[in-house]
Amino acid sequence: MSPNEPRTTPKTLFDKVWESRIVTPETSDAPGLLYVDLHLIHEVTSPQAFAEIESRGLKVRRPDRTFGTLDHSTPTLPPNAQGLRPYVTKQAESQVETLERNCAKHGITLAGWDSDDRGIVHVMAPELGLTQPGQVVVCGDSHTATHGAFGAIAFGIGTSEVGHVLATQCLLQRKPKRMRVTVDGNLRPGVSAKDMALAIIAEIGFGGGSGYALEYAGEAVRGLDMEGRMTLCNMSIEAGARCGMVAPDAKTVEWVRGRKYAPKGEAFEQAAERWLSLKTDDGALFDKEVRLDGSKIAPMATWGTTPDAGAAVGAPAPAPRNENDQRALSYMGFAANEPTTGHPVDVVFIGSCTNGRMTDMRAAANIMRGRRVKDGVRVLVVPGSVAVQRAAEAEGLDKVFTAAGAEWRLPGCSMCIAMNGDMVQPGQLAVSTSNRNFEGRQGKGARTVLVSPATAAATAIAGHIADPRAYAEEVAHA
Amino acid sequence: MPEPFKVLTSQTVVLPQKSIDTDQIIPARFLTTTTREGLGKSAFYDWRYKADGKPLAGVELNTVDAESHRVLVAGDNFACGSSREHAPWALLDYGFRAVVSTTIADIFTSNALKNGLLPIQVDKETHEKLLARPGAEVTIDLENNELRFGNHVVGFKVEPFARRCLLEGVDNLGWMVDRIVAVETFERENGLESA
Ligand code: SF4
Repeated sequence: MSPNEPRTTPKTLFDKVWESRIVTPETSDAPGLLYVDLHLIHEVTSPQAFAEIESRGLKVRRPDRTFGTLDHSTPTLPPNAQGLRPYVTKQAESQVETLERNCAKHGITLAGWDSDDRGIVHVMAPELGLTQPGQVVVCGDSHTATHGAFGAIAFGIGTSEVGHVLATQCLLQRKPKRMRVTVDGNLRPGVSAKDMALAIIAEIGFGGGSGYALEYAGEAVRGLDMEGRMTLCNMSIEAGARCGMVAPDAKTVEWVRGRKYAPKGEAFEQAAERWLSLKTDDGALFDKEVRLDGSKIAPMATWGTTPDAGAAVGAPAPAPRNENDQRALSYMGFAANEPTTGHPVDVVFIGSCTNGRMTDMRAAANIMRGRRVKDGVRVLVVPGSVAVQRAAEAEGLDKVFTAAGAEWRLPGCSMCIAMNGDMVQPGQLAVSTSNRNFEGRQGKGARTVLVSPATAAATAIAGHIADPRAYAEEVAHA
Repeated sequence: MPEPFKVLTSQTVVLPQKSIDTDQIIPARFLTTTTREGLGKSAFYDWRYKADGKPLAGVELNTVDAESHRVLVAGDNFACGSSREHAPWALLDYGFRAVVSTTIADIFTSNALKNGLLPIQVDKETHEKLLARPGAEVTIDLENNELRFGNHVVGFKVEPFARRCLLEGVDNLGWMVDRIVAVETFERENGLESA
């Protein structure tokens, strides 16, 4: 043993945050109680949880640590002349009203229809400074990992667990294994965090992250802005991992500074000091390590019906390895060993909690500016929050999109999950900046290709899946 | 609170596809419900019905007697995707009490156990035998952690606390509420009390 050996075992970022939130430790007989700093709720996965705690005569224990928004079932078209919102069904409307009622009754702040704070839960909470480094953040939604971009442990829970958190501010948990995903080098121009996420998922495999908490590290990850880190962490679940995180750094601190619910003044400086100490110690052991070269990643598009079925735009779809690949290719209407770029596209969707932020809007607008959407392609651009909507409109991006022939909608999940009436029709080929290309995810019979916002915009112009680098002038001259 | 689960003997329904995601188990457009009940008729909806809502011919899920077929055997990587608890609710409401696959998604497993639907992960060989025999009679014995069919006996693991909850009918939330004093102490010691 060397005399310089550290006195304590080196720890991962995940271990540090996890240990700081253990109320009672796990034993062989029972899971531990994990404390939740921030509980986000939306209309789809909360009604049965409120009903459950009420039926037991329990209260919401910490309404001050609970925050609600409306996003999934909400129409993205404006109200009619009578002020009525075009809900897809009465049931969708009643689901929204149920959350409004539950929040009012239990004293929970809701970013409702009249609030400037409303947005997709994973877009609005970071914008408001609700999400902070070192927290445990949960939501009845599998893309909660998004908040891990701030060095928080953030994961999706089921509705029973929403009830547990409402009533106790805790969850019953066993510690997952840890996996580090290191992306070395630098992304090339025209390649975004979304492409990195799709490349990582293709590497790990769809179920490959199951049972793990991911930490994203390496030069290419450090090089991402906070929006990019959110996109990256957002898709952790698509590799099967419930949680993915990036260690806080100066970018994190500056991004959070001054936001509505962030600490202020001296309290912020103290918090920032603590946040910057949250990182994996040298020599800390992971249960699994994965390494990629960021400079080798190209713009990606999926060819199948799981998010790990990704390949560089223009590369041929692979020869099927098994029946499932065969089924996926035939569902998508793509041929093995042929690029997917030859097929006419019916719909382009730009939005979602993966790519509905201001930087995404800009990336798409930069390509669509002064160009026209190909005839016959329906393009929907849906900002992730009211704040994104306002900022984009202030920069005139809405005009860029509408002048090109795209629709500019109100914020919400929209065509990502297609439960508000924004749907892809059976058999249509949709190129989407969302996160799931499952059969029928965007409507019964819909065929979905996952891409970055720049690739989506280039596709809208070309009418088929297209490499955005052909449309970005800076790159053309390089 | 879920029904206790001890020993179940029933026939299987086999869905061999890999990576059946929760969007297939219950498509998103059925998620506007505010209750847990009644989702069984929409389970695997897009696999079972035509565009006009009429049942598709030749789909086992439309014809099988759900009462006697309470075990679902599914392809690898079952129930990946969305965290919607509507997925186990739909499977339970359809009539299933157990799901068998090689790998089953984390969130789904946790959701299913809380509702009395038992997810069982088995080895490849056992899985292949079950996939090859739709309608086979199987016994799932949670008391002995054993899955039995024909002359096969295989062990399986269930997280010990969830197992106890299922066997003894211990209620998760009630158990947590009993420990609320520890939560209060934790908040006090870590400066996490309400402002
Ligand atoms: S945008 Fe899509 S993935 Fe994100 S929370 Fe909404 S429905 Fe879920």
